[in-house]
Amino acid sequence: MSHDTDRRDPGDVGPGFMDAAELTIREGIARYVIGFVLASLLTAASFYVLNTSLIWGPGIPVALVVLAIAQMGVHLVFFLHITTAPDNTNNVLALAFGVLIVALVIGGSLWIMDHLNQNMMPMHQMMQMQR
Amino acid sequence: MSATDTPFDRAGDPYRVGRGRDWLSEGAGRGYVHATGHGEGGPASKRVIVGYGFWIFLLSDIVMFSAFFAAHAVLQTATAGGPSGRELFNWWSIVLQTAFLLVSSFTCGLSAVATEARSQLWTQIALLVTGLFGLAFLVLEGRDFAVMVMQGAGPDRSAFLSSLFAVVGLHGLHVSAGLLWLGTMMAQVFVKGFRPDILRRLVCFNLFWHALDIIWVALFTVVYLIGLGR
Repeated sequence: MSHDTDRRDPGDVGPGFMDAAELTIREGIARYVIGFVLASLLTAASFYVLNTSLIWGPGIPVALVVLAIAQMGVHLVFFLHITTAPDNTNNVLALAFGVLIVALVIGGSLWIMDHLNQNMMPMHQMMQMQR
Repeated sequence: MSATDTPFDRAGDPYRVGRGRDWLSEGAGRGYVHATGHGEGGPASKRVIVGYGFWIFLLSDIVMFSAFFAAHAVLQTATAGGPSGRELFNWWSIVLQTAFLLVSSFTCGLSAVATEARSQLWTQIALLVTGLFGLAFLVLEGRDFAVMVMQGAGPDRSAFLSSLFAVVGLHGLHVSAGLLWLGTMMAQVFVKGFRPDILRRLVCFNLFWHALDIIWVALFTVVYLIGLGR
């Protein structure tokens, strides 16, 4: 491993690196397998929930969104190795800022457009006025 | 420096947020290690900086995607009398695409383990499998697009379909670029071996591929599953 001259910082880990935990090959594979199994279960649950009568109809989109957010969490932890350890502070802070912006853009758009739709004149009424 | 010089209470701040790294280890020869946020302690190692920089890029990419998602969520019911998702979406195609991308994300992770073990053979095999599943995903997506356009449900049919083609197509473009990058990385690992710069590129590629799968999770939930329910 003479080529591997990049220094490894003990107190700082970039996203996606596995070196902080110093995993063996078996542990490294086990981590991805756990992530894969959890993600598969959540995906299967999403596809199942769509056509189930276990959940009240209008609640299904909410259940889908919750399952999706859970699966993104699984991906972040098991595939991208984002942890809450001190060496990951920078990564988590950047992620938190990204999530804030995403929440503002999506939540804000849905909120504003929903109100606009409610305040807008129905389409057929507008057509009649234009005549 | 001895432990008694430590001015901060470890019990009250176990993560030492914003107080530089642990100066009991790896302190020597790195300048002023008490620095807040590592600032005056000098830069972190190159692999951390490269990985972190790419992480920032990925987050900005996700912010861009969020705008496309917001547009689609707002326009999901604006079908202008045209077909809705319930009539257009191919259930099994979505299931298969989701499975293919998840498996390719998994094998991409295995390639990272193989790289960590410096195994040329297993790295190449894992990357190849990743690429094949990615390609299968793209073929299915392209087929779905072609079928929809032939049914007269192209992006020009309604606002719903414009935003659908925009957000799904943007993800498809990312996967295509990822496949090109993957092929390049396979060649570089083969020719140049596990040099530090190649390792850094591999880490970035891994991050990119996993991020694409995270975006697909949002995509199949918001566009396809919620779209099928509308």
